Amino acid sequence: MTSGNGGAEKVSGFLRGVAVPAVLIAVWQLLSMMGYVNPQILPAPSAVLVRWYQYLAPIEAFDPAKSGYVAWLLSGELVADAYASLSRVVVGFLIGAGLALPLGLAMGATERVYKLFDPLVQVLRPIPPIAYIPLSILWFGLGNPPAIFLISIGAFFPVLMNTISGVRHVDGIYIRAARNLGADRATMFLRVILPAATPYILTGARIGVGTAFIVVIVSEMIAVNNGLGFRILEAREFFWSDKIIAGMLSIGLLGLGIDTGMERLNAHLLKWHRGIES
Amino acid sequence: MDAQIRIRNAGKVFRAHGKEIEALRDITVDIPNGQFACLLGPSGCGKSTLLNAVAGFSLPTSGSVEVDGRPVEGPGPDRGMVFQEYALFPWMTVEQNVAFGLEIRKRPAAEIREKVSSLLAMLNLSEFRDRYPKDLSGGMRQRVAIARVLALDSRILLMDEPFGALDALTRHNLQDELLRIWEAFRKTVLFVTHSIEESIFLADRILVMTYRPGTIKRDIAVTLPRPRDPGDTGFNELKRELTRLVMEEQRLQERDEALFPARG
Repeated sequence: MTSGNGGAEKVSGFLRGVAVPAVLIAVWQLLSMMGYVNPQILPAPSAVLVRWYQYLAPIEAFDPAKSGYVAWLLSGELVADAYASLSRVVVGFLIGAGLALPLGLAMGATERVYKLFDPLVQVLRPIPPIAYIPLSILWFGLGNPPAIFLISIGAFFPVLMNTISGVRHVDGIYIRAARNLGADRATMFLRVILPAATPYILTGARIGVGTAFIVVIVSEMIAVNNGLGFRILEAREFFWSDKIIAGMLSIGLLGLGIDTGMERLNAHLLKWHRGIES
Repeated sequence: MDAQIRIRNAGKVFRAHGKEIEALRDITVDIPNGQFACLLGPSGCGKSTLLNAVAGFSLPTSGSVEVDGRPVEGPGPDRGMVFQEYALFPWMTVEQNVAFGLEIRKRPAAEIREKVSSLLAMLNLSEFRDRYPKDLSGGMRQRVAIARVLALDSRILLMDEPFGALDALTRHNLQDELLRIWEAFRKTVLFVTHSIEESIFLADRILVMTYRPGTIKRDIAVTLPRPRDPGDTGFNELKRELTRLVMEEQRLQERDEALFPARG
């Protein structure tokens, strides 16, 4: 990025960015209007847009006696679904990462703990979280508990594996320097090993959140009756293909938002780092 | 005066891939308080190995190393070390790096602040106190590393080719600065280098080492008055002498390299 004419460059960059989607949507719209595609199978973009707006818009008319304006504005189905999905991701991720981080630190720092747990981890790690669905329903029934369980599993392994390798890959020169400066074991761990491992741990967290987001959509299709994943499956039963696509686009945007947020957080926490991921 | 660093018949044998490499053999050296001593030799002569034995990172397999009359058993802040790779903590600012050793010792915050400020001023780093190491040049990083070690107030300063990765001008600057610091604090310095000029410019005493096994080939006192001038006759006589001694060992090292390229 060069400085100088930043504004004009931003505009032209934006135009280049939207060019391909715009052409694609225009062709799609044209084909639909000429009647080449069955709207039940592939609705026109305009229909998706209308449906998306209906999905987003409040269901009831604004009534100042009942709620504030902002609350009313956010009372639509889409907002409720997005909130439900997002809170499942957050809770599931916090549980999964919260268990993975201490275990990963212990496994990375202590050879004995590593040898104790590594065989089990290696066997369980390749099992996709989705394969836990039957067991999760058997154990937790329906509702949020099995969904949260699946999401936690999705977040657990990426955080665990990255934390272990982060701690194990701390450059020996930092350890030597800290020992020379007189660091004891606690200082070494808290002020040298932990910060040195943060780039790996944060990479693991980012992958973990991404996995959690995939799993939340799947788990909502089987266990609960709200959330973005549930909504697009429900729309299929009514042959609302426009709503399915509107829901999918919502999922895409929410996922993008989460990933951007994680990236910003990483950049903020790693402002000392030469470049993310070394 | 009692010797600050006392090395007696130190030997070091590494075992790797079923082979034994004798890195050091029967080294006996005393380095008195306040002396600036250089270990000079080609790469692979064991000069860093000897320094690491004094630092306590890798103890000798025979003989002994004593500092202030106590045997060295591991690394410690009484022997501050400056590494060639700087070894600054990249997640700490300049100021935090310099303060780290003092924080470990749980000194009062006011004392830490004052000491760090004066060290940063001394090394011309005050403006850069809030920067991270990634935003500093190599020369500035090495200044921070020196400040970090000076904060320990150790009597002994160990330096492992600290200026090896710097360009000639920066290197010269830092050599001047190091001498200024050494004259101000009169620390005992053990300085590893493979640069002949650097050793003559800096040291009271140059210990030339042999290539594998590392032994002390020659122990030379440098009596030229400071500041030393590389254009000076005495400087050049010593340089010729040292070049001859080091080249003898360099040739052995090159032959070895050609015969066993994998060994490095």
